[in-house]
Amino acid sequence: MFAAIVLLVLVLGTVVFHLLSPWYFTPIASNWSSMDSTVTLTFIVTGLAFVLVNIFIAYCLIKFRNKPERRAEYEPESIKMESWLTILTTVGIAAMLAPGLLIWKDVVTPPDDSMNLEVLARQWNWSYRLPGEDGKLGAVAVSHTTADNPLGIDPSDPFGQDDIIVYDPVLHLKVDQPVTFLLRSTDVLHNFTVPQFRVKMDFVPGQVSYIWAEPQKEGSYDLLCEELCGVGHYAMRGRVIVDSEEAYASLASRSTHLR
Amino acid sequence: MEYAAHDETSFVRPAEVGEMELYHAKTWLGKYVFSQDAKTIAIQYAGTAIAIGMVALVLSWFMRLQLAWPNTFAFIDPAYYLQAVTMHGMIMVVYLLTALFLGGFGNYLIPLMVGARDMVFPWLNMISFWVYFTAVVLLAASFFVGGGSTGAGWTLYPPQAILPGTPGSEAGILLMLASLAVFIIGFTMGGLNYVVTILQARTRGMTLMRMPLTVWGIFVATILALFAFPALFVSAIMMSLDVLLGTSFFMPAIMTMGNEGSHVGGNPLLFQHLFWFFGHPEVYIVALPAFGIVSDLISIHARKNIFGYRMMVWAIVIIGALSFVVWAHHMYVSGMNPYFGFFFATTTLIIAVPTALKVYNWVLTLWRGNIHLTIPMLFSIAFLLFFINGGMTGLFLGNATVSMPLSDTLFVVAHFHMVMAVAPVMVVCGAIYHWYPKITGRWYHEGMARFHFWVTFVGSYLVFLPMHYLGIMGVPRRYFEITGTTFLPDSAQSVNASITIAALVVGFAQIVFLYNLITSAFNGKKAPGNPWNATTLEWQTETTPPGHGNFGKELPCVYRWAYDYSVPGVEDDFIPQNVPPRNAQA
Ligand code: HEM
Ligand SMILES: [Cu+2]
Ligand SMILES: [Cu+2]
Repeated sequence: MFAAIVLLVLVLGTVVFHLLSPWYFTPIASNWSSMDSTVTLTFIVTGLAFVLVNIFIAYCLIKFRNKPERRAEYEPESIKMESWLTILTTVGIAAMLAPGLLIWKDVVTPPDDSMNLEVLARQWNWSYRLPGEDGKLGAVAVSHTTADNPLGIDPSDPFGQDDIIVYDPVLHLKVDQPVTFLLRSTDVLHNFTVPQFRVKMDFVPGQVSYIWAEPQKEGSYDLLCEELCGVGHYAMRGRVIVDSEEAYASLASRSTHLR
Repeated sequence: MEYAAHDETSFVRPAEVGEMELYHAKTWLGKYVFSQDAKTIAIQYAGTAIAIGMVALVLSWFMRLQLAWPNTFAFIDPAYYLQAVTMHGMIMVVYLLTALFLGGFGNYLIPLMVGARDMVFPWLNMISFWVYFTAVVLLAASFFVGGGSTGAGWTLYPPQAILPGTPGSEAGILLMLASLAVFIIGFTMGGLNYVVTILQARTRGMTLMRMPLTVWGIFVATILALFAFPALFVSAIMMSLDVLLGTSFFMPAIMTMGNEGSHVGGNPLLFQHLFWFFGHPEVYIVALPAFGIVSDLISIHARKNIFGYRMMVWAIVIIGALSFVVWAHHMYVSGMNPYFGFFFATTTLIIAVPTALKVYNWVLTLWRGNIHLTIPMLFSIAFLLFFINGGMTGLFLGNATVSMPLSDTLFVVAHFHMVMAVAPVMVVCGAIYHWYPKITGRWYHEGMARFHFWVTFVGSYLVFLPMHYLGIMGVPRRYFEITGTTFLPDSAQSVNASITIAALVVGFAQIVFLYNLITSAFNGKKAPGNPWNATTLEWQTETTPPGHGNFGKELPCVYRWAYDYSVPGVEDDFIPQNVPPRNAQA
């Protein structure tokens, strides 16, 4: 009896905690609210299963607990029941997988009108490179890296000559403008996470990975590295500021001087 | 209704091997140190695993202290924190749980449960333990070398694992890699032994489909390990070569600390694929023995046959096979080709179906049972709660889209602790209490055991449930501290503090547990040979604890499956596997 009650308290307490505690996602600031919906859907389906199965256990603990005259039933198996449970579970799982796969397709395909910009992660700081007037980022290689050219821009590539380089951990983005972040590292693995954007992706030295998002809410957001990259990992913070169109325009004209 | 699993009359086949010749040790050293008796080796494995596991437990306290009260404890700096995370994770997964389930429970239970006198290669078995012991010594040595132990995370990802900027990138990482390689060599010796013993040394009448699920779980887990560990073995060797000989398996051209590195052309993602090709099955190497054991505990203490035995066996086999095609669900945000996400999300969610079936069958075993709330049963119920909870969050992380906001946060840490740390540990505790009277011939102290249960059960839930929500809020894993952000409310810190308090209390309860185990072995009440009225062969031995050679003059002959509990028309509520059909009614 006592065990059943403790079990029920823990299980129902979990539901109450989930619904009433103030601790949940930070408000979203990007286009990925569909991702939040899949999380909610998964919470509903799995939450129901979690509660039902555990209540069933608690019920059994009370109903079938040992008494002197009690004897268990002898029932090796029931193919029928097992088949029904398999079908039911498969349906529940498909209901969570299908929307997941559909949205994953959006995650891996940046829209045509998205703007490319490079994020460079190094132990333990952030820099950014935006295309100049030609709209293209120039080629880069570790072998071109020098003290004056820390990003390793290829001096012979004309596209690279007008690239705008930002050595500051603060990145400005324009609201409602989809951005594809091209992630490049010159030392170890890192990760690009803005909790309010929901999406995240690792940097892998030797290749360029990508992730895209459309910032939809003006504001200033923390940028975190979420892939262990050495002792400075926890301190590798940056900032992403989403500006209104006007604010971004005045800023863009200023930052060409940063070149 | 078709009673297929229960065929009392089927022909009893002769054993596949005759009586084996036992090795009788002549010296004290041969009997207790270099013993070739699987039961002694089992205790050596378990003792070593628990001892090093205590180190991992203490490391978890240090991590928790830092997270709850950052900048209060001077000895915990960022480097030390990462070293603690890494050593804690690696010890818990490999050196504690894998060694305890396979080396400990496997050695003790396989020969006894299949009706063999010992493992088929006793000498190899002895060597296997000492090789494992060497691996533990190498691992422990890395705490003391210059630069300290590695702080690369238990996943040991290159390039950072072997570059300055990560703690222990000099000697620590090499010792870790060497220790893992040695562990795998030792495990392979033991593992081949378990598999061959199960396939070849079962006693007369012990068909595969009459084996207790404990043996099935350990059997399939061992096969998984034999296939999965080689991937880790080669990655350990390749990474060591990158360090020692300057090869570039995993190392691309990089800048390190302002200088151009000497490597070119390697691929860090190659390591991640190899690591998780091992790492995912590793989860099941820990889980399957737990599944098997908990099936038997629930059945015995509910006095009812396990529901759907054949389905349970097939589920273990199918889960084992599928566990080799889901590895990249750990890599959705790793920078691998993101299109892989479609395939791995699908396989991962498919594996949930046989897993869910196992849960249903455990729960249906309780239904219309005669439930004795003994300590092993209580721990089995606790296992169910943690496993169901962790299984549910697995559906978040396996589904690529849903996992994206959650990956690399404390949600992941909470998930895997629920499903592959606390849940198997509940089974370990339940199993130790269950077989304790057989192993020592004495009873543990019931009051201390109940204290241990309630504190561990409720406490662990209070540790890991709130941790999910820190992750949802966006707290990353492997973070020394996370002050100064704009998205975390101050109350997050009070969640952290309460988790730490619960963790310290749970840790204290484990000390009571060990105290109970050690003292009761000497002054516990004497226990009878089959105190739980169980059917399986280890409870039918002539002496308790079982002597050298396990059984008496003759090996038992098996006439029925392991789950003849509360058979209608039979007065006792259990029929041991070695009772012939004509004697069952008496
Ligand atoms: C009371 C018991 C335990 C507590 C309080 C605890 C606590 C922790 C904490 C605080 C972390 C680090 C979180 C971070 O900063 O990333 C961690 C990581 C980890 N723990 Fe535990 N843990 C416990 C038991 C276990 C057990 C039994 C296992 C066995 C599977 C385990 C496996 C791991 C693993 C694999 C990691 C990840 C290490 C890494 O990120 O490299 N833990 N644990
Ligand atoms: Cu980092
Ligand atoms: Cu996995």
